[in-house]
Amino acid sequence: MTDALYFDHNASTTVRPEAAQAVADALSIGANASSVHRFGRLAKRVMEDARERVAALVGVTPSQVIFTSGGTEANNLALNGAGCDQVLASSVEHVSVLDAHKSTNLIPVDENGLVNVDAIGPLLDAASGPVVVSIMYANNETGVIQPVARIAEQVHAGRALFHCDAIQGVGKVALGFNDTGADLMSLSAHKIGGPQGVGALIVRDGLNLAPLIRGGGQELRKRAGTENLPGIAGFGAAAETALNTLDAFAGLAVLRDRLEARITQLAPVRIFGAEVERLANTSCLTMPGVNSETQVIGFDIAGIAISAGSACSSGKVEPSHVLRAMGVGEDDAATAIRVSFGWNSDDGDVDRFVDAWGGVYSRAGGATNAAALAS
Amino acid sequence: MTHNPAPVQELLKDRKGPIYLDNQATTPTDPRVVEAMLPFFSERFGNPHSSSHAFGWDAEDAVKAARKQIADLIGADASEIIFTSGATESNNLALKGAGRFPHRKGNHIITTVVEHKCVLDSCRQLGDEGLRVTYLKVDDKGLIDLTALEAAIDDDTVLVSVMAVNNETGVIQPMAEIGALCRKHEIYFHSDCAQAVGKVPLDVNQMHIDLMSISGHKLYGPKGIGVLYVRRRPRVRLQPLIDGGGQERGLRSGTLPTPLCVGLGEACAIAAAEMADEGTRLKALRTRFLARLRASNCDVRVNGDMDHRVAGNLNLRFPGIRAEDLLTKIRGVAISTGSACTSASVEPSYVLRAMGLSHDEAGASVRIGFGRFTTTDEIDRAADMISAAVSGQITSDDSGQDNNQMARNAAPVA
Repeated sequence: MTDALYFDHNASTTVRPEAAQAVADALSIGANASSVHRFGRLAKRVMEDARERVAALVGVTPSQVIFTSGGTEANNLALNGAGCDQVLASSVEHVSVLDAHKSTNLIPVDENGLVNVDAIGPLLDAASGPVVVSIMYANNETGVIQPVARIAEQVHAGRALFHCDAIQGVGKVALGFNDTGADLMSLSAHKIGGPQGVGALIVRDGLNLAPLIRGGGQELRKRAGTENLPGIAGFGAAAETALNTLDAFAGLAVLRDRLEARITQLAPVRIFGAEVERLANTSCLTMPGVNSETQVIGFDIAGIAISAGSACSSGKVEPSHVLRAMGVGEDDAATAIRVSFGWNSDDGDVDRFVDAWGGVYSRAGGATNAAALAS
Repeated sequence: MTHNPAPVQELLKDRKGPIYLDNQATTPTDPRVVEAMLPFFSERFGNPHSSSHAFGWDAEDAVKAARKQIADLIGADASEIIFTSGATESNNLALKGAGRFPHRKGNHIITTVVEHKCVLDSCRQLGDEGLRVTYLKVDDKGLIDLTALEAAIDDDTVLVSVMAVNNETGVIQPMAEIGALCRKHEIYFHSDCAQAVGKVPLDVNQMHIDLMSISGHKLYGPKGIGVLYVRRRPRVRLQPLIDGGGQERGLRSGTLPTPLCVGLGEACAIAAAEMADEGTRLKALRTRFLARLRASNCDVRVNGDMDHRVAGNLNLRFPGIRAEDLLTKIRGVAISTGSACTSASVEPSYVLRAMGLSHDEAGASVRIGFGRFTTTDEIDRAADMISAAVSGQITSDDSGQDNNQMARNAAPVA
């Protein structure tokens, strides 16, 4: 698949070479990080080193980092472990947030996907019992970035806890845990160039958290189970590299904007969240009159990997709940795709994508502006 | 038995590197497993749930093949394999999943006092939530009493959870008999098989196991991956622990770690092919190790049944010697006083205490785990080191410096 083009980095990004090396190195340490003998101590050192790097990525102390099996578990742990009777989540959250707690109410978003911050206070006033509010830092489908610091103020004014799913934001923009005002924050390794199967929950100092998985008392008694040492080591290496290359990541906006500008010349497309602050690497856009499934197949034939929504739900046919929550009509939602760049994307990729886009569009009967395609 | 132990000074001078005899805490990842995994960390990195492109399909195919390899090892169907982050999560999911399922048939769970901490902690939590839990005792050999199990079963019983192989003593419980009892009473049978899979033959149908927890890193696979086998016919119904994308039949959400799934699959395939020969080899190593210790006039007792025991395990007691002291004297040999998760704690093993050992006896016991990469030379050296330490010929061992005093004090072992 060397000449295939990958534009689905928000689903899972290419593992960074530093991370792959760290994984391989850690695989050779055959020990349990909880064992007290020297093998165990070596494993523990590798693990704590990685914990420091992950902590540095979001500006916290290592003891605030609880390693989990991934972002989904981190979200479930945050929302069920915080001891709250109710979750208040935005309607564009990832399903692992929306489905985590048995009692979950929704906060509406506007047409750009931004949370209605003013709605939070009244919703909290109306709630009985302790509440945890869960708002993502950046959306996985549109890349739209929420005003988390303002949200945190409202949440705390309402005496609730604030959980921020930062899985798509961290490693892509400078993101300090304390700046967000969050009490809990979820991270995932495979979205920042680390391996799949590892994530973390960042916990504010002094916050009590009941474990979801009980047993050996690892991770400060917040998450039992033998630590996934190679995964954690890879996560640490990816975190360090991501932190050191934030500027380069921000530079992906140039590619993204060029892609959007060229496609806009081809046809009257709609780009979601374009008016507001977005991740540099993400574009969610329509192809007028062409169903997203048809596009996905068309792009795949052209050797280009995109998705019609988030990976977990990409096997389903319903239009994205994120777009519907933004008030997008059925026709537009059914023709939307997500294009997401990664740390290893380059300029030539954009041209190949635009060519393929034009091809898929015209084969489906769309009238492209041929002159624009040739430009 | 002819036996020529190396002089202690030679043992101490010998810097061949530490000897790993803690294969019940974790096993090194088999190089063949690592090789199978590595491409999936880099060029084949797709999200196995991305159904829209070739990167995703490639990962999905690899996960599918791994599922089959795992299922084949335990006589299950691939669709009954639910990937988790490890056996701790599998045990939590099995117990809490069955104990919290809204339409379960009752409120009673039966387990044993020698289960792994994650089973006991899950049961304790269910107890706090209003379920009734019966903890079965074990005899002095570590085995449960089947009559007591059947007597504990009542109309309210939902689930019986008994581990196949104990993590500290290696003692094997009568799986098929327990399974038959559970099936007769139409109760779910869950078994924590983390220490058993790939070590002893297991068959979910023959043993009537409905839920089985598997760990990757206990069978030369990677850490961070495990499996809960969930029977489809008759269907076992569970309340998920982690919700979200609806992966793994809705029982366990989250992106599957493709490389880890592939690694566990490969580890299972290797185990299926090599388990019998490996068991024979490990048993021979164990016999040799024990004979060498005994030949050195070392006072050593074995904790737990020797006939029903996994080949790679020994749990030994050295009367009058504190296990922690012993461990500090043989820093070059990695063994443990109990399970890894609790090995930092000072309390003597609750497993050994449940078998009737006194506080002091349990505190004088160590767990020794032989594995796939343990050599005859290593067990000979380890046995000599341990017997020298037990007989007081080694007072401490600081591997960072050559301790001349120690070498001078040491006399060849008789």
